Amino acid sequence: MNGSAPGMWTWFYRLASPPSVYRTAGTLTPWLLTGAALAIGIGTLGGLKFAPPDYQQGDAFRIIYVHAPSAWLSLFAYTTMAVAGAIGLIWRIKVGHAVAAASAPIGASFTLSALVTGSLWGRPMWGTYWAWDPRLTSELILLFLYVGVMSLRSAFEDPGRGDRAAALLSIVGVVNVPIVHYSVVWWNSLHQGATVAKIGKPAMPVSMLWPLLCMFVGFMCFYGAVLCMRLRGEVLNRERQAAWVREAVNS
Amino acid sequence: MSAGAALLLIVRRELRLSFRRPEQLIQPLVFFLIVTTLFPLGLNLELSLLKDMSPGVLWTAALLSSLLSLESLFKGDADDGTLEQLALSGQSLTLIVIGKTLAHWLLSGVALVVVSPLVAIALGIPDSALAVMIVSLGLGTLTLSWLGAIGAALTVGLKRGNVLLSLIVLPLAMPLLIFGAGATDRAISGTSAEGALYFLASLCIFTCTLAPFAATAALRITLE
Repeated sequence: MNGSAPGMWTWFYRLASPPSVYRTAGTLTPWLLTGAALAIGIGTLGGLKFAPPDYQQGDAFRIIYVHAPSAWLSLFAYTTMAVAGAIGLIWRIKVGHAVAAASAPIGASFTLSALVTGSLWGRPMWGTYWAWDPRLTSELILLFLYVGVMSLRSAFEDPGRGDRAAALLSIVGVVNVPIVHYSVVWWNSLHQGATVAKIGKPAMPVSMLWPLLCMFVGFMCFYGAVLCMRLRGEVLNRERQAAWVREAVNS
Repeated sequence: MSAGAALLLIVRRELRLSFRRPEQLIQPLVFFLIVTTLFPLGLNLELSLLKDMSPGVLWTAALLSSLLSLESLFKGDADDGTLEQLALSGQSLTLIVIGKTLAHWLLSGVALVVVSPLVAIALGIPDSALAVMIVSLGLGTLTLSWLGAIGAALTVGLKRGNVLLSLIVLPLAMPLLIFGAGATDRAISGTSAEGALYFLASLCIFTCTLAPFAATAALRITLE
């Protein structure tokens, strides 16, 4: 039935083998770090210096250059965690769980960053640090989900079982991702509506938009770089009994 | 044995076991009553102000007391090996999960719904809002039982899984609180609660159809 399967999939399994992932992640890290430094540097300069102040919000709007990429990455890291966990769960690929474990703390940090920058932005704009608004609440639930997934993983004595349990919980929690994303569309929200990721023309002048897009790219690269670094640590820790780890550490 | 007969047997077994130890049934209800009493005492509000807060109080207390009984959903049977025997019985594990969860809802959720009018009157919820409150609590507790089944299945092998269980289940249950309390709130203020009730019903159907499989998968992970 699957006569062609070995030939088709060997490259994939070889690529997903721990030593190869360890090496690939090591090669990618400096590139991603450079990309992150460049894009975040240019984006910061553009956002603080070249973008004009908002006609309503003045200079306070500039926090968007940290807030929006953080919020986007909080969802992206969660989806990565859930997809990687699902791959680990369904195809029993160990590296999938390592990616999920590496992605969780980064995503949780981005969620926290989105919440903190958002509330700092909310203070001058809405007059309050926090409102029980659908978008804010669902983002807070996302943070709790991250905490739940991370605690569940570490609660098991058998790491394999913890990995699978955490993967399942993250898959269940995926229902929250579209809720966060579409909350501003579905409900009357205090939070402003979609400005960048919408069909048609973005509701933002180009002079404000390009630094934001730059920051998006920079944050993605930063996430990729940190993910690679954490993934290397995860893989080393998980494979600490293997011979190749001894070679890799000693060389 | 047909699936329906097996399901009925599991539900009856759970109910019988619980009625043999009625304190397990009554304790969450007493907890529910105590929590709803603590709020007015702590807040020291007048009855008119209390009315505005009562849906939230009622729903929070219902969530918490429902959580109390969740830990024992699979734990007792997993500890003494009954769950493994049930899993080996030839019936699908999903069926066993469905039976145990339905029994949990009948014992905790329905009992809560029965007691809730008493608490509602004490909290100053008007009679006109009682029907909406009862329907929303019924739908909400069933949804919560399903979400809880996933959490209980994930934490069944852990020694101190109780806090973790709450940590896992409560974030997932937040939409329930929002729409459940929202429906009751609207009914109190005299506006239409239909939208929130429909949303609760769709959440309920969503979990009823998908959660059994998620909980089964979780049990397989923790039991294997």
